[in-house]
Amino acid sequence: MSLVDFMWMSIGALLTLFTFSYLYKDNPFYKFAEHLVVGVSAGYFAVLLYYSSFMPKVIDTVFRPIEWKYFILAFKQIKPEYLLAALKGSQWWYLVPGILGVMMWTRFSRKLSWISRFSLAFYMGIGIGASIPLTLQNYVLKHLTSTIQPVNFTSLTGIWRLLIVILVFCTLVYFFFSREHKGAFGASAKVGIWVLMIAFGAGFGLTVMGRVALLAERVIFLRDYWVELKYFLYMLFKYGMLL
Amino acid sequence: MGFYEKLMSLDRRWVYLCVAIAVVLPFLLEEFGVPIFIPPYITPEVKSVYNFVEKLREDDVLFLAIDYDPMAKAELHPVARAVLKQCFKKNVKVIISALSQNGPGMAEQLISQTAKEYNKVDGVDYVYLGYKPFPALVIMGMSQNFKLFFPKDYYGTPLDSLPMMAKVRNIKDTKGVIDVAAGSVADMWINEGAGRYNYPLALAVTGVMAADYYPFLNSGQLFGLVSGMKGAAEYEYLMEKGGYMKKEEFDASRGMPIQMFAHIVVILFIIIGNVGYFMSRRKKS
Repeated sequence: MSLVDFMWMSIGALLTLFTFSYLYKDNPFYKFAEHLVVGVSAGYFAVLLYYSSFMPKVIDTVFRPIEWKYFILAFKQIKPEYLLAALKGSQWWYLVPGILGVMMWTRFSRKLSWISRFSLAFYMGIGIGASIPLTLQNYVLKHLTSTIQPVNFTSLTGIWRLLIVILVFCTLVYFFFSREHKGAFGASAKVGIWVLMIAFGAGFGLTVMGRVALLAERVIFLRDYWVELKYFLYMLFKYGMLL
Repeated sequence: MGFYEKLMSLDRRWVYLCVAIAVVLPFLLEEFGVPIFIPPYITPEVKSVYNFVEKLREDDVLFLAIDYDPMAKAELHPVARAVLKQCFKKNVKVIISALSQNGPGMAEQLISQTAKEYNKVDGVDYVYLGYKPFPALVIMGMSQNFKLFFPKDYYGTPLDSLPMMAKVRNIKDTKGVIDVAAGSVADMWINEGAGRYNYPLALAVTGVMAADYYPFLNSGQLFGLVSGMKGAAEYEYLMEKGGYMKKEEFDASRGMPIQMFAHIVVILFIIIGNVGYFMSRRKKS
């Protein structure tokens, strides 16, 4: 490992310890690490958006291909043919989404914030139009089909399929509030609660597993850093003795 | 204050201390010459992903979506690395995108390191497309034509000039997609990608997300699912069995002993908490 890599690793280890210090109690070291992460993420994303989106879609596509010589002449001599010649290579229609994007910035002003609604409406319209039919197909119909499978009593899978249908029905009963949960109806609702609890339990278990995985990775990182640090100190001592 | 009341009001920092001791324990045992390796139980959903890549032939193209950022690196980096290694070793070509806003740099580091390890050439053996905002639209765009959203790759080379892209126009021209995701991008691949354009899709997701995606496995919308660090450890184990990886290269598997000890501590505290709760309630009544 080079010295530069080791320095970066040291910063990483230090920031990890700063973050862990929150487990004892809130402190300025933790706050520093937290603010650093938020700031770096926001800065990185802003630069990334500029270079991956604004630069290729607006600067490179609209403005860079413009023949500025003709463009100036078109306004000086008021000749539309010059304007056409100036814009020949430019895909100027990309300005429309560009302007819609700029309109979003009016949200910073109380008086002008209504302008941003046009952009939002446009964006939401596209999103909803594209996703509603697909969502219905992929999240409702396909799952309905896979829930109601042919049942048989000759195999475990066949019995399991019947059980799934019953348990799904019981869960739905729990969410039916137009009738009092009493008698057989109430019993089904109770089974529904158990099904929900099992589902939440599975989710909780996986969440704990995920969080512990994050901790495990940091611990491995700190352990690797400790090995590097020992080596670094040994080398420092060795060369120090030589000098 | 009685014993059970004391249990109920235990300072959370004692729990943290116990977890900290538990996570250090595997390293201490290793120091004393007792390394712990837990061979994972291989689940069919992980095996399915492994088999899918295993069945690909030389010069087939796979689409690998690296849709996570450094915050999910612990759980997802090992599986992304393992899939890349398997592909490169089998001479399968890979197209990679990174649709998580803070992930492109991290993905580039992973790709270039792994490619260097297997002497793979950018544009010939793999193509890294990089990032574009609004993942749902980008996924739909790539399913029609890569050049709609990515006229150039991450390094600024036009896609037309890359030899690998000569026969590949869109995702449907690849053998399938493996999406390594943290967040809602996984849903977009299911809904706007595979759900609309009908190509095989597998997911590798964080542990927190995994429970939500099992129904998609049963409905056949996914052909495989790798969940969290445990799934990644299973994949690494399969890789080792297949001769693609050595034990020393294991990444997720190194974390499994820590997971085991930490889980034991968590389970113990859950039991202690419940005993305290029920006993103090009984005492009150």
